Amino acid sequence: MALHKAVTRRDAFALPAIGAAALMIAPRLAHADAAAVEAEIRKLYADRKPTDGRIKLDVPQIAENGLVVPINIEVESPMTAQDHVKAVHVFADGNPLPGVLSFRFTPESGKAAASVRMRLSQTQNIICIAEMAGGALHSASANVKVTIGGCGG
Amino acid sequence: MISRRDFLQAGAAAAAFAGGSASLGRLAAQQRLGEAELLRFEPLGNVTLIHLTDLHAQFMPLHFREPSINLGIGEMKGRVPHLTGKDFLAHYGLAPGSAMAHALTSEDFVALARNYGRMGGLDRIARVVEAIRAERGAERCLLLDGGDTWTNSWTSLQTRAQDIVEAMALLKPDAMTGHWEFTLGAARVAELTKSLGFPFLAQNVRESEFDDRVFEPRRSFERGGVRVAVIGQAYPYTGIANPRWMFPDWRFSLKDEDVQKEVDAARAEGAGLVVLLSHNGFDIDRKMASRVRGIDVILTAHTHDALPEPVTVGRTLLIATGSHGKFVSRLDLDIRAGEIRDYRYRLIPVFSDAIRPDPAMAALIAAKRAPFAAELARVLGRTEGLLYRRGNFQGTLDDLFTDAMLAVRDAEIALSPGVRWGASLLPGQDITFEDVTNACALTYPNCYRTTMTGAQIKLVLEDIGDNIFNPDPYAQGGGDMVRVGGLGFTIDPYERQGRRISELTLLRDGRPLDADRAYVVAGWASINEDTQGPPIWDVVSEHLAHRKVVTPRPLGAVRLAGTP
Repeated sequence: MALHKAVTRRDAFALPAIGAAALMIAPRLAHADAAAVEAEIRKLYADRKPTDGRIKLDVPQIAENGLVVPINIEVESPMTAQDHVKAVHVFADGNPLPGVLSFRFTPESGKAAASVRMRLSQTQNIICIAEMAGGALHSASANVKVTIGGCGG
Repeated sequence: MISRRDFLQAGAAAAAFAGGSASLGRLAAQQRLGEAELLRFEPLGNVTLIHLTDLHAQFMPLHFREPSINLGIGEMKGRVPHLTGKDFLAHYGLAPGSAMAHALTSEDFVALARNYGRMGGLDRIARVVEAIRAERGAERCLLLDGGDTWTNSWTSLQTRAQDIVEAMALLKPDAMTGHWEFTLGAARVAELTKSLGFPFLAQNVRESEFDDRVFEPRRSFERGGVRVAVIGQAYPYTGIANPRWMFPDWRFSLKDEDVQKEVDAARAEGAGLVVLLSHNGFDIDRKMASRVRGIDVILTAHTHDALPEPVTVGRTLLIATGSHGKFVSRLDLDIRAGEIRDYRYRLIPVFSDAIRPDPAMAALIAAKRAPFAAELARVLGRTEGLLYRRGNFQGTLDDLFTDAMLAVRDAEIALSPGVRWGASLLPGQDITFEDVTNACALTYPNCYRTTMTGAQIKLVLEDIGDNIFNPDPYAQGGGDMVRVGGLGFTIDPYERQGRRISELTLLRDGRPLDADRAYVVAGWASINEDTQGPPIWDVVSEHLAHRKVVTPRPLGAVRLAGTP
């Protein structure tokens, strides 16, 4: 068990020795939800519908450390002038703002791959949209569990 | 294809005399549970795997009561290893009162424990391993250690695992993987694993900055003319379940594709048998077996399940060897043209009154324990009833720990980790310092005292509840439900996170927990660095010094609700 690890963003900086106590004292911050992510995607691409596939979204099923969750994204593409990935957008439906970051690619990128570390305050979905040069959109999503931890074994 | 005959022989022989009655006593058990009977095995094929796991550094024979509640959620509902008691006996056709029934279930535990005596003891295990190698030929045998081997006894804690590492070296394992080992700290683990003389395998531990491997991922062995690849899988959630600050630069992972890469590479190198030496835990392993192609055998660990037959998932055999030295697994395999043509398995119960100790191991254990003999033997009190921990919810041994924290730390509520290790004590037994430390010897023992609001306590219980009862095994964090003192609650394991825990009650006044009120909470095994407070064994020792005699009470504070 050993309940004690920061899971809300505020506590990461103000964590007393017995962390679990603190972690939930932080006022609940407003966060996005699935509808907010959808609205954000609509802002970028209006009614264009993404299809599954081509994106490999590699996230841990349970975050070892909610403060630095490794996220690896790779989009399958020949990356030629005609057929390449133009952009990849990453959303988190438990973030105060749903849009987390965007990557831009050109054929010179060679491959459309990126690794980042995100801070996740709670269990939530990570959603990726890839925009292809030909106009197609692809999407992928995965749930990352953020836990207080402890109790093992 | 599995030969049930072998393991049933011991059980049937024992049942014939015991017949559910506990009156024949130890002598009869010793006479009928002969060593030859326990080791009997008709050899088969060309390779023998010997598996030992989750010893928790227990040198000495002990009692360990298997769980009476071990719920399976989602797809695991009603399937082994989530059967207990009579359901378990019926599933495997084991006679009530038989030796194997005692070894594998909590049924009639006290009477049968008096009948059959203690189990385990590393000197007995050494004898079993040696006997298998002698009969089979060492050139056909692989001894694989699934981890949770080096920690959780007082002497291993005091020697930073030097004692157990030296003892295990006498067994000459061929490889091991780990989990609690990492709580010795990265530097000590690096130091120990360098000089083992056999590989510490873990394909899923990487250095966090550059993603470099920390340990060898797999090793190939030639046994019986077969190339055997052993892939190591450390406990993937060590960094969540245990203090990450003790190994801050190591990242653990649970990724099917990484295991698949190792399997494919091993096959490409000509492996005729691929073994996953895993500390995933049984449910994760069962799921992994359905998602990774080409694993012949998974030697499971972590969840402490002991099963008298392999579980098959597709073409993969899953072996579950139990914990605390109670069992050694022997799996004979007939490998031809890169596949298992036939196999024979026996979960060998290590009844310590029946199996002779290996003299060299016995001597080493005696030497390692000698400097600590006086403190280990110090009697702190006595128990009038059975003290045990294992099970999804509170055990009587946990009540002792939470009572101690409430009293000594003057708290309203106490929290104790739901670890699955800790030996059982029989009614009338003295409680020694060794007995206490066998249930709490870890490297982050400080018993903290803090305040938490009712809402925070509920959130913590929900979080831990989801670690145990999430329907997806890959989302489970391991262990059993946190133990509580001074607090009652209802849990519906089949609900989702946030809705499992209800009716939180402060036992002191019988009133519902107030979400906004701050309560004084004591606990131990915090994964936070710099946790303040006395070590938990001092707290329990002090409590026993006042209490002298422990009378276990009925376990009613945690109520189980809901339907599968």
